[in-house]
Amino acid sequence: MTLNLSSYYRNIHVVCLLTLVIGSPAWAGKTLDAVKQRDQVVCGVNTGLAGFSAADSQGKWSGLDVDMCRAVAAAVLGNADKVRYVPLSAQQRFTALQSGEIDVLSRNTTFTLTRDASLGLHQTAVTYYDGQGFMTPVKANIKSAKQLKGATVCVQAGTTTEKNLTDFSRTHKLDIKPVVFEKFEAANAAYFSGRCKAYTTDASGLASIRTKEAKNPKEHVILPELISKEPLGPMVRRGDDEWLAIVKWTIYGLVEAEEYGITSENLSSMKNDSTDPVVLRLLGKSEDTGKLLGLDRDWLARAILASGNYGEIFERHLGEKTPLGLKRGLNAQWNKGGLQYAIPIR
Amino acid sequence: MLNWRSQRTRGWIYQIALMGVLIALVAWLLNNTLSNMRMRGIQSGFDFLFDPAGFEIGESMFAFTSTQTYGSAFLVGLFNTLRVSCIAIVVSTIWGTVLGIGRLSTNALARALCYAYTELFRNIPLLLQLLMWYVVLVELMPDADNPKYLLHWVSLSKEGLTLSGFMAENVTLTPEFLALTWGLTLYTSAFVAEVIRSGIQSVPLGQIEAALSIGLSPWQRLRWVVLPQALRLIVPPLTNQYLNAIKNSSLAVAIGYPDLVSISNTSLNQTGRAVECIFIVMAVYLSLSLLIAVAMNYFNRRIAIKER
Repeated sequence: MTLNLSSYYRNIHVVCLLTLVIGSPAWAGKTLDAVKQRDQVVCGVNTGLAGFSAADSQGKWSGLDVDMCRAVAAAVLGNADKVRYVPLSAQQRFTALQSGEIDVLSRNTTFTLTRDASLGLHQTAVTYYDGQGFMTPVKANIKSAKQLKGATVCVQAGTTTEKNLTDFSRTHKLDIKPVVFEKFEAANAAYFSGRCKAYTTDASGLASIRTKEAKNPKEHVILPELISKEPLGPMVRRGDDEWLAIVKWTIYGLVEAEEYGITSENLSSMKNDSTDPVVLRLLGKSEDTGKLLGLDRDWLARAILASGNYGEIFERHLGEKTPLGLKRGLNAQWNKGGLQYAIPIR
Repeated sequence: MLNWRSQRTRGWIYQIALMGVLIALVAWLLNNTLSNMRMRGIQSGFDFLFDPAGFEIGESMFAFTSTQTYGSAFLVGLFNTLRVSCIAIVVSTIWGTVLGIGRLSTNALARALCYAYTELFRNIPLLLQLLMWYVVLVELMPDADNPKYLLHWVSLSKEGLTLSGFMAENVTLTPEFLALTWGLTLYTSAFVAEVIRSGIQSVPLGQIEAALSIGLSPWQRLRWVVLPQALRLIVPPLTNQYLNAIKNSSLAVAIGYPDLVSISNTSLNQTGRAVECIFIVMAVYLSLSLLIAVAMNYFNRRIAIKER
C-alpha cells in the first residue's frame, strides 16, 4: 500500500534529496560550463499558470517565466529553444534548484529574506511585482477582504501565501480558516466547487485562474486589497557568481531594451542606424559587455530577439490584449510610474 | 579462546562486520549530506522547531494559533493524523469483520454483496476514492447559509457536517476530515474483510464437525473452536492493514486535510529545512508503525492458542 504513496509523491523530490545525501559536492562556477556542455538550459517552471508558464496541447511552454529562460538560453547558447522545462510544485522547487536538477528556477517565486539567506540560493532580478489578493464569487457580494470574517479560504501549500493570510487575519482579527491543498489544481477545484468563501494567491495568479479555470470568469471578482508585496523572479544556486550575473543581467538587459525602445522587430535596424550610445552598447556594436560575463558581444541582442524586450513579453502573456488583461501597474518602466528600473548595462 | 572453526563464532563475526558496515554507511551518508548542505550554503538543524510558525491550521484537536512554534504545529498535524487513523482502524475492524463473515454466509445475496464490496473497494486506488468522496461532499452539498438538515441537530453543507448543541457547542466536521476518514475506512475495511475471511476458512472443516459432534452451540463453536485457531492467522496480516491505514492517511494532502505530512510540507516551505522536515515525518510514521506492531504482537501472543 505504500506504493500508493510513492506514486503520488512525484519522485523528483526524493531524487533531489538523494543528490544531497549521496551526491558529491558541486563546485562553484560550474553551471555555465555544464550548460554549454549539454547545450541546454534546464529551467524549473510552474506546472501550469497561464501567463507565466503553461504548456499547450503540443507540449510547447509559454509565459513570462518561460520567456526569461528562453532569453537566457539565447544569450548563452545562441538558441532560445535550447531549454528543457521541468514543471515543479511549490514544495519541490527549492530542492530541485539546490540539488542541481535545474539551472534556473523561473517559477513565479517571491523573493524573501529567508529564501535568500538560508536556502543556499540567490535571487536574481524582479520580473514581476505582485501582491497577494483575494478572489470571491460575485454572488457572495463581498466588497472588501475585511469582510471575510470567519471565512474559509482556499490556499495552495508551500507558498508565502499561507503566512501572509495569517498576518492579514491577525491584524484585522478576522479568524480566517485556511484549507491548504498540496496541488494548485486541487486548490482551484475546491474553490470553484464552493468549498471556500474566497481563494487567495498572488493577484496575477488570481487573474490567471479566473480566466483559465472558472466556468464563467464573470462570476468571480478579485477584491481590491493587496495584502502583501510579492516581488517575483528567477533564482539560481549560491556559489556560482558567474551564472548569477548572466541570469541577472539578461533580465536587466530586457528591461533596459524596453526603456530605450529596442524591440525584437526593430532590433536590426536600430543596430545599423541608431546613434544612441546606450543602444549601441546594449546591442554590442560599440562596447563588448558580453566578455565581462563570459559570453560573446551579441549576447543581449540575441536575448531580445528571442522573445522581445520586457514590455513585449509582458504584453504578449499578461497585458491588456490577453485574456488575463493585466495593466502594467507596478511593472511599468520607472520613468512611466512603475518599478521596473534596470541597473544600467555599461 | 576463540574457536575459528565453530559456526557460532563465525556467525558472530559476520554479524559484527555487517553492523559495522551499516553504521559506517549511515555515518557517511549523514556526513556527506551535512557537508553538501554546508557547501551550498543551506542552513540546517532542528532549531526552527522552537520558532513561531506564523501560519494558521484549518482544524486542530487543541487550540493552535500562529504565534505558537513549529513544534506545536507538527503536534497538531500528528494528532490530526492519529484522529483519522484511529477512527479508520476501529471502524474498519468492525465493518471488515461483518463483511468477512458475510462472505462465508449461507445466504447467497449477502455473500454476493460482500464479495462485490471487497472487490470494488480494494481494487480502486485510494487516492481516487478520496478525491471522489471529497468532490461528492463539496460539489453536491448545499451552501453553508442553506444547510441540509438530516436530523434537527445534524446538518450537512459545503462547510461540512455540523452537530448543533453538541456538548453545548456547535461542532463542525470539515469535508476534508469526513472525506478522508470515510474513504480510508471503506478502503481498509475491504482488506480487513479478506483477512477475516481467509482466517476463518483456514480452520479445517474437521474441527467444526468435531465441535458439532460434541454438541457445542454455534456461539461455543465460534468462541472455543474456530476463533482461537483463526486468530493466529488473522492478527499478523491485520497488523499490516493497521499500519497501512496510518500510512495511507497521508494522502490527506491531496484533499486539503492538515495532517502531519501537510503541516510538514508547509513548514518545509517556510523554513527551507527539507531534510529535517522529511526526517521528522519518517521518524513519526516509523514510531507509530513500530508501536502498533509491538501492541499487536503482544495481543497475538495472548490470544493465540498455545500449541502443545
